[in-house]
Formats: sequence, structure tokens, C-alpha cells
Amino acid sequence: MNSEQDFSETGLDWAAFLKALYLLGIVLFVATPLVATVLGGFKSLGELRTNPFGLPQVWEWKNYADIVLSRRYWQLLQNSLIISSLTVILTLITASMAAFVFAHISFFGRSMLLNYITMGLLFPAATAILPLFIKVRDLGLLDHYLGVILPQVAFSLAMSILLLRRFFKELPEELLEAALVDGCSYLNFFRYVTLPLSRPILATVGTITFVHSWNAYLVPLVMLNSDSQYPWPMGIMIYQGEFSAEWHLILAFITLTLLPTIILFLFAQKHIVAGLTSGAVKG
Amino acid sequence: MLTSRKPYDAGKLSAVLLFLPPALLLFTLFVVMPIGEAAWYSGFNWNGFGTPKNWIGWDNYRFVFDNKAFGTAFKNNLLIIVVSLLVQLPLALSLALILARAFKGAVMLRMLFFMPYILAEIATGLIFSFVYDGEFGLLAAIYRHFDAQAPHLLASPDTSMLAILLVIVWKYFGFHMMLFIAALQGMDRNLVEAARVDGASRWQILRHIIIPLLRPTIKLSVFFAIIGSLQLFDLIMPLTRGGPADSSHTMVSFLYNFGVMRMRVGFGSAVGVILFVICVTFAFSYKRWFMRDE
Repeated sequence: MNSEQDFSETGLDWAAFLKALYLLGIVLFVATPLVATVLGGFKSLGELRTNPFGLPQVWEWKNYADIVLSRRYWQLLQNSLIISSLTVILTLITASMAAFVFAHISFFGRSMLLNYITMGLLFPAATAILPLFIKVRDLGLLDHYLGVILPQVAFSLAMSILLLRRFFKELPEELLEAALVDGCSYLNFFRYVTLPLSRPILATVGTITFVHSWNAYLVPLVMLNSDSQYPWPMGIMIYQGEFSAEWHLILAFITLTLLPTIILFLFAQKHIVAGLTSGAVKG
Repeated sequence: MLTSRKPYDAGKLSAVLLFLPPALLLFTLFVVMPIGEAAWYSGFNWNGFGTPKNWIGWDNYRFVFDNKAFGTAFKNNLLIIVVSLLVQLPLALSLALILARAFKGAVMLRMLFFMPYILAEIATGLIFSFVYDGEFGLLAAIYRHFDAQAPHLLASPDTSMLAILLVIVWKYFGFHMMLFIAALQGMDRNLVEAARVDGASRWQILRHIIIPLLRPTIKLSVFFAIIGSLQLFDLIMPLTRGGPADSSHTMVSFLYNFGVMRMRVGFGSAVGVILFVICVTFAFSYKRWFMRDE
């Protein structure tokens, strides 16, 4: 190819160049705060002040090591893991059972009940947080994992049921008819046919629910009172309050608490992106 | 077949009675009832202890609307919506147009841009309070490089919202980008190819073919942006807690600060009911006016 021809294409090259420049700008915009946070955790406070962007001159592994070796860090992750896992399990069980009925069994009032559940998509938990607090208190669940888990399950039901129902409806109806004629019960069909065939959607719904619960702040903030129960988002807020000016430690703590999210993201990318974009009304 | 009931109909009832109640019970107890109770409590002056007795009718609503901070919070929610529509969506759409095509690195860039969306709002807020920190922050370092005094963005009522808006764009544009990428990849390329063959310019193709085909996705994206703005809370707490001088509250952070923290159940419930009415009215009218054909 001669240079003349190259120049006749300059219009295109310019477009490509500007595009690359644009992408580079956005990459810097997105990545800089993240990279600076991770690196900041490796610096001393003095170095952070003079050199917040660059690589650390002296790598202070101790910042991270002290946190990883502290009980506090693992306690926070453990609390979050308990709350999120139970939220996911309870959501999947109750939502898939309800979705099965909505998908396969017609009865009087079905569409009314489905509309009733769909209402849950329309407003966030924050609108009713005070009555929710009073209800949880009256049930004696304040400062208990369940006081966080049950409201979270309830608020994730609407989306979960709708997504699961849509998937269940695509399973061939003849399969159910045939099984029922052969004497299989609804329960067994649900247990041995529907659920095994629905693994992808269960994974998607489970992942969305997990991410929302893992990151949740308002409901735990209102329902929990003692440090030993706090999930990690509350934990880093308190940590930041204690070490207010020691940014190097706070940055290390943030990095380490974000680590599980990032690992989950790398492994469950497909489910996270599919789930959060396909039906994320609460996104 | 009209006469004979299918033999398995008996199992139907028991299946419904076994499968439906757990979800319905949880949903009713923790989603529907609290909203009804919010409406009821909002008529009382009540600190949450004992039973509500001090009925004050509509007064709580008057207190809410007379509260200057609520007005600011409402305006801030609108501002967030405007910025989402004018900055975030064009940014997301332009990136989607570039990254929807398969080229080396496209998938990695998509993932990088999507990542802020899955990080907890609390962690994001803390990261950016570091970015904005007047002494140790990234912004301060840039100013220092030019021998200038860094502004404390979060500490001034004039700039606190600006700082928050930047974080919102940073955190959420990737989500909208993914929506657009999914739509672009599902799009029929033949129309675009045909137009190209007929000599349409890139701009014409974008303006007259791609954007119209994306309309349903744009509507969806706008819907999410507005709903997301109405429930924004977590991000505010680590950045400003609504301050300084109540300049950066959203309606939810207002509710938390003036209702929950001070245990003014009636007042907070009134804010909740107002927010509920806004959300539901918006959702219904949006569906009715803009999403009719989909």
C-alpha cells in the first residue's frame, strides 16, 4: 500500500485516533480512583500526601497484613456472608415456588396476585423504612441477622418471581401434562424437573440477589445495633470514622473489603451482567 | 373433555396452597403492610415507643413541605435526573457504539466500565471522599502540581452536589452502556448495511437508523436513571451525609436524617409516603405515556 492511499484514508484514521483518545480518557477516569485506592493502601501516610498517584516508593505490606490478620476484617466478611447467603437461599426457595405456581397452575385470582407481587417493583425499601423498623422490632428481630434477611428477601421477591416465571413458562407444557398423567405430583415435578432445568436462571437470580444484599447499607444500618453483627459496608464506615485521617489504612481496608466483590465479578461476570441488565428494575 | 375433570386437578389446590404462601406472606408482611402503616403513622406525632396516640392529621405533610431541606433534597433529586439524562446517557451510548463491535480489548473495556456499578455505594463513596480530600486526595495533588490551593468540594454547600454528581456518573454510566451494548448486538445489521451501500454518512446512519432502533432501550435506560435517582442514599452517606448545611440531601437521605435518626416516626413516614407516591405515579405514567408500544 503506498503512502498516497494512506493519506486518502486520513479521515478514517482521524476518527480512529479520536475514538482511541476518547476511550483512553474514559479508562483513566474510571481506573484512576480504583488504582490509586489499591496503591494508596501500600503507602505510608506521609508518602500518600506527596505521591497519591504513583507507585509506592516503599511498599508498606504491613498496612494490608495487619488488616488481613485482624479478627475485625473476617468478622465483617463473615457477617456479610451469612446475611447474603441466607437472603439468596430464602429468596430462591420462596420465589421459585411462587413462580412455579404463577407459570403452570391456573386458578381463580392468579393474575390479581401476580399484579399484587409486581407492585413490589415500583418503590424502594426506603419508602417504608420506619414502619419496617417498627415491625422488625415488634417481631423481636432487631439486632438479629433475620431482621435484615427477611426484609431483603421480601424486597427481592418481585423481581425474582417475575424473572423465574418467565423462564419456567418456556419449559414445554407437555412435559408437565405427561408427568401429571403418569401420576407425578406437582411437588415432585418442581423438585426433579423444573429446578434442575432452571439452573441458569436460578444462578442469575441468585447472583443479583447476592450482589444487592452484599452491598446493602440502609436496611442493616436501621436494623442492627452491635458491632459483632455488622456487615462490611457498615464496618468500613465505622473504620473510616475511627481512623479518620489515616487514609493509607482506610484505603487498604476498602481494597480488602472490595476484594470478594471483585473475585465474584471475575467468576460470575456473565450472570452478573445478564442479571443486572436484563431485569434490574432495582438497579 | 368439558365433562371430565383432569385426574390431577386435586393436586392443583394443594400445590397452590403449599407453594404460594411463603412468598405472599413475606411480601405482605415486609413490603405491603409497611407502606400501609407508613400512611397511618404519618398522621401522628410519634417517637416510636408505645402506640401512636397523638393524632395530628395532615400536619406532618405540612412540616415536610415547609422544610427547606426537603425542598433542596427534592431539587437535588431532579438535578441528578437531569445530569443522568444529559451527561450519563450520551456518555453510555457513545461508548456502547464503540464497544458493541468485537475488537481486541473491547470485552475488557466493557468489563472495566461496568465494574464501578457492582462496587458497593458505600465503598465508592469512601473512595471518592479520598479523591476529594483536601490534603491527601487525588484532586488536591493535581492542584498542588500547578501550585494552586485545592478546593474542598465536599465541604462547601456550593460544590457538594457537583462532587456527588461526578461520582454518580462514574458509578452508573457502565450499567447504561451495557444496556445499550446488549441492544446494539441484538440489532438487525442489514438496515445499517443497506443504508451504507446507499451512501448514507455515519452520522445519518446513527441519526436516522440506529437511534430510532434503540428507542425502546433509551426509554428503559431513562426509566432506570430516574428510579435510581429517587432511591439514592448509600452514596450520600460516606461523601457528605447530606451536608454541609443540608445542601446535598436526596429525599431518602433527608428521610434518614430527619426521620430515622431522630425517631420522628410520623414525620419520616410522611416523607416515605410522599416518596412512594412520586415513585408509583412516575412508574405508571411513564409506562403509560412512553412505553405503551413495547
